[in-house]
Amino acid sequence: MTMKIDAKGMHYRTLNKMIRDAVASGEKEFELDNIGGQRYIGAGLNENVKITINGTSGNDLGVFMNGAKIIINANAQDGIANTMNAGEIIVHGSVGDIVGYAMRGGKLYIKGDVGYRVGIHMKEYKKQVPIIIAGGTAGDFFGEYMAGGIMILLGMNEKNPLVGNYVGTGMHGGVMYIRGKVDPYHLGKEVSCLELSEEDIKLISGYLKEYCEHFGFDFNAVMSGKFTKLVPLSLRPYGNMYVY
Amino acid sequence: MESQLPAEFIVNIDHERCRKCKRCVMNCSFSAIEFKDKVTANNRQCVACHRCATFCPENAITITQNPLDYKDGYNWSPEIRKNILKQAESGGMILTGMGNPKPYPIYWDHMLIDACQVTNPSIDPLREPMELRTYLGAKPEFLEFEGDPGNISLKTELAPQVKLDIPIVFAAMSYGAISLNAHKALAMAARRMGTLMNTGEGGLHEDLAGYADRIIVQVASGRFGVTSKYLNNSALVEIKIGQGAKPGIGGHLPGEKVGEDISKTRMIPVGTDALSPAPHHDIYSIEDLSQLIYAIKETTDYKKPVSVKIAAVHNVAAIASGIVRAGADVVMIDGFRGGTGAAPMIIRDHVGIPIELALAAVDDRLRQEGIRNRASILVGGSIRQSADVVKAIALGADACVIGTASLIAMGCRVCQKCYTGNCAWGIATQKPELVRRLNPEVAADRLCNLLTAWGHEIQEVLGSLGINAIESLRGSRERLRGVGLNQEALDILGIKHAGIGQ
Repeated sequence: MTMKIDAKGMHYRTLNKMIRDAVASGEKEFELDNIGGQRYIGAGLNENVKITINGTSGNDLGVFMNGAKIIINANAQDGIANTMNAGEIIVHGSVGDIVGYAMRGGKLYIKGDVGYRVGIHMKEYKKQVPIIIAGGTAGDFFGEYMAGGIMILLGMNEKNPLVGNYVGTGMHGGVMYIRGKVDPYHLGKEVSCLELSEEDIKLISGYLKEYCEHFGFDFNAVMSGKFTKLVPLSLRPYGNMYVY
Repeated sequence: MESQLPAEFIVNIDHERCRKCKRCVMNCSFSAIEFKDKVTANNRQCVACHRCATFCPENAITITQNPLDYKDGYNWSPEIRKNILKQAESGGMILTGMGNPKPYPIYWDHMLIDACQVTNPSIDPLREPMELRTYLGAKPEFLEFEGDPGNISLKTELAPQVKLDIPIVFAAMSYGAISLNAHKALAMAARRMGTLMNTGEGGLHEDLAGYADRIIVQVASGRFGVTSKYLNNSALVEIKIGQGAKPGIGGHLPGEKVGEDISKTRMIPVGTDALSPAPHHDIYSIEDLSQLIYAIKETTDYKKPVSVKIAAVHNVAAIASGIVRAGADVVMIDGFRGGTGAAPMIIRDHVGIPIELALAAVDDRLRQEGIRNRASILVGGSIRQSADVVKAIALGADACVIGTASLIAMGCRVCQKCYTGNCAWGIATQKPELVRRLNPEVAADRLCNLLTAWGHEIQEVLGSLGINAIESLRGSRERLRGVGLNQEALDILGIKHAGIGQ
């Protein structure tokens, strides 16, 4: 049974405590109506819980989350999936800035645009490889300091520019796939552009099939675009700066 | 490019006494001693860590500074000339370790403590209880009670508190910067002494999970090893904004130190650099800081106090006020003489302000604003002796943190080569053959001895002050007097000059 909560005018602390307490007593599925900017939904949730959100969720949704699934039927604000360890977040809209900061695992699928500083310091560890896919465009500092994981930017709304400046500045791990052409002046000094190999196509096809199913996009149309692959030039970008 | 720099130290071997047992050769981790028919020194490699001299059974080794003189010059000191040579040979920033060694004024040494005579009797700590216990966490403005006389209970809901049996906490030093054996020793000593150790920003090794109630877990900009389990498995959570040795810059654990075990704890692949960016990318304002504080509180169900650690910089008082208003339960201030595993020398030696002045300014500001009760103040950045602890608490601190002092207790000789990973004492290294030189049990005993000794000394001073609890000393600046300080420094410290009575 789904637990329904009408969150109109409710403070985040009250709302999140209701969810935490219900999870502790075995509740597995939630539907939150009239969400209007409440922060920290799903913070640190370890359990296999599903939360459906109707309305615009607030900052730091899914912060430190570790296994839950959240579906947002609207736009979402800043800091989604901050330091998230595992789980799945699906946004049927656009999101704000600093999305997936230091994210270490799980999936973040966004239908529309993403703001500035997306996937900053995203990292991976063995089987924990985080993935962010955004259907629209992105702001500056996309994948700054990226240390692991996969980011895919699709640019399907054909807005220009596809991505802001300083893409992958300080990048030292992970991989980005951007559907379309990225002008070299948008790139940080620490990345290099490559053509996709067959393995790359196989890898992104798996994720994009799932992504397209969530949002009703045509998978073949998505794959018909030309992707650019961005990887770090070095795992140790600042190794030669010091003397002892 | 071949270096023109002369050796910094000369290793003198007394071949008359030497029995050629080669213990020095085995102990030197910097390749400064070899055996070629006899023990031979490679002076250029010597860092004066004293490992060889300590373990020579014949006391046949001494180490001296290279007496090679430079032409006199107050302005162009030998150190400045050597640094220029080094940079001309390499093009790199000079990296260094430990705290600022420059002769800036040490204000602790210009403050003296009061004592009782005749009219206000002192207390004998040998015969009477003398309390060093204190609690970290936000305190309420007032207390409300409910119930009838004889059955009264506290109505006010208290913020989470962490009890310290002694007002000295081990400073944040990451697993990565120091070894697992050093971390174990700190955790064991913290448990035995009823205080805390701090993971630093490198995550918590699984072997230490059992010490959770004695551990401050840190959340820094790299978020290494930070998970909801890590946050909940702690006594207190600390957001690291800055560090006294390197205010305003990030951290950098070189890839060669990221072996299998570090990789697992930090949750990054083996061999990649662990880069902590200078700012947290989700914090650009006090409001953003507040957002992270409450993200942690939500994740820990409001059960853990949250600390925010900053470096002491010019505007520290206003920043601390913002931190308290953002919801922090503890403000940790790290002075410019604080230690580090690695920092560019330019930053370590020239950025920040002394902790004594920063502490006085912060305590004043929070009192003026009426919010001092809302957070505990922890200070560090070269607390060298129990007298520094007493003076810090009299200036307004709740407790002190010790990093370098705890390393010295474990065997560190302050050779400032932590960043090389060659620490001969098994402290600032990840090389298994060096790490095993540090026995965690023995190191924990030494740490406990240090805290026990300091505890007795603090009790002795409290007794002479005529008070019987460390909490009675907090912010009691009337019990301090300055010597050799100008009026401005006295005003900032909020103390009178020695010779002035009440």
